[in-house]
Amino acid sequence: MCLALPALVTELLPDDSAKVNLGGIAKTVSLALVSGVAVGDYVIVHVGYALSVIDPEEAARTLALFAELDQFEAEPA
Amino acid sequence: MKYIDEFRDGAVAHSIATAIAAEVDPARAYHIMEFCGGHTHAISRYGLEDLLPANIRMIHGPGCPVCVLPVGRIDAAIWLARQDGVTLCTYGDMLRVPGSRRLSLLKAKAEGCDIRMVYSTLDALKLAQSLPQRQVVFFAIGFETTTPPTAVAIKQAQALNLGNFSVFCNHVLTPSAITQILDSPEVRELGTVKLDAFIGPAHVSTIIGSRPYEYFAEEYQRPVVIAGFEPLDVMQAVRMLVRQINQGRFEVENEFSRAVTRDGNEKAKALVAEMFELRRAFEWRGLGLVPYSALRLKAPYAAWDAERRWDVPQDSPPDNKACECGAILRGVKKPIDCKLFGTVCTPENPMGSCMVSAEGACAAHWTYGRFRDVEKSE
Repeated sequence: MCLALPALVTELLPDDSAKVNLGGIAKTVSLALVSGVAVGDYVIVHVGYALSVIDPEEAARTLALFAELDQFEAEPA
Repeated sequence: MKYIDEFRDGAVAHSIATAIAAEVDPARAYHIMEFCGGHTHAISRYGLEDLLPANIRMIHGPGCPVCVLPVGRIDAAIWLARQDGVTLCTYGDMLRVPGSRRLSLLKAKAEGCDIRMVYSTLDALKLAQSLPQRQVVFFAIGFETTTPPTAVAIKQAQALNLGNFSVFCNHVLTPSAITQILDSPEVRELGTVKLDAFIGPAHVSTIIGSRPYEYFAEEYQRPVVIAGFEPLDVMQAVRMLVRQINQGRFEVENEFSRAVTRDGNEKAKALVAEMFELRRAFEWRGLGLVPYSALRLKAPYAAWDAERRWDVPQDSPPDNKACECGAILRGVKKPIDCKLFGTVCTPENPMGSCMVSAEGACAAHWTYGRFRDVEKSE
């Protein structure tokens, strides 16, 4: 139910929707809940709607934090 | 798959686990509630409890909207489906949840009701447009993630002047559920449920932002870390919570910063605020009546409110006596504490919602966890 997956925007369509690629599967989703989406962005898709755009810099930062093995304070994001 | 595979890397999971093991204080236990069904599922599916030290206890919370819907509302949905000319549209998860007298939407469909599974509210809208002679009712459930999609559909119905589309609204709110748990006697007074920290929901937070949790952190003095749904997200969140607990801090931290900001999705929030208002109280399975915890449509949108179009029964029948869904949703019991688990109640023959929903604690334990029980007992 809460299931929402990151998907790659491959084409913008009229009437506020877009074609996305979800692990090889193409779907059409609504962009009614987001703004400024471009082809190449990754969006989180839930029940047929894009809910938010994934920030690639924050994603990279998060992955880097996972690799932190010692006890330095992680900055709250 | 990008933004998925990197967050499931097994080697990294082990190294985070090592870091956690080094940081925990062996003299105490850490009780962490993962609010969201998606996290319950991730923890079970990836066996994360096996990676964590024994003094970290994960407690399942009521963050599964399918699981917390009481029997009475399922009965009401079935009642609606039985009304003349009604086509009831529902998300797949709801089809098999048992209502009273062991009925479910799936059984009602088998009896001849026109019940259709949809993936999106827009599918239900399209159906209403293509079947002008039918009254299409959308069975709306879900937390703050799923409410904006319902709002968009109603907005479009309004723009199209669609008279044969309505919504049976059961949208519920996350902060109210968290408050209810923190205020419950088991947590507050009796101490039977110890709660040191929360893992905050992932996709709910993309909508509401991290700001709403600041109240809990301060008022109840428990740290909250918002985590994504991938296993590494959860492991990292546990690590961040252990650190906060050790340092006596109770702040809101955001591990899911790639998708969650402090303010969330303003566009979605504005749409929901325009169209919905708070119900004074709403019954939750396991939590009873919770004040200001659910939504209904505002007066200007009454035309699309199924509860105003029909006189929908508002009964409140109790759960099956032996079903422990309520206690499990509050974190008081685990699936294996329920007498019905694995005997009468299985995914093929679910007695309660926790076994039906993919994110329910019982379904998660059945699919991934019960093999650990067998090993332990051998």
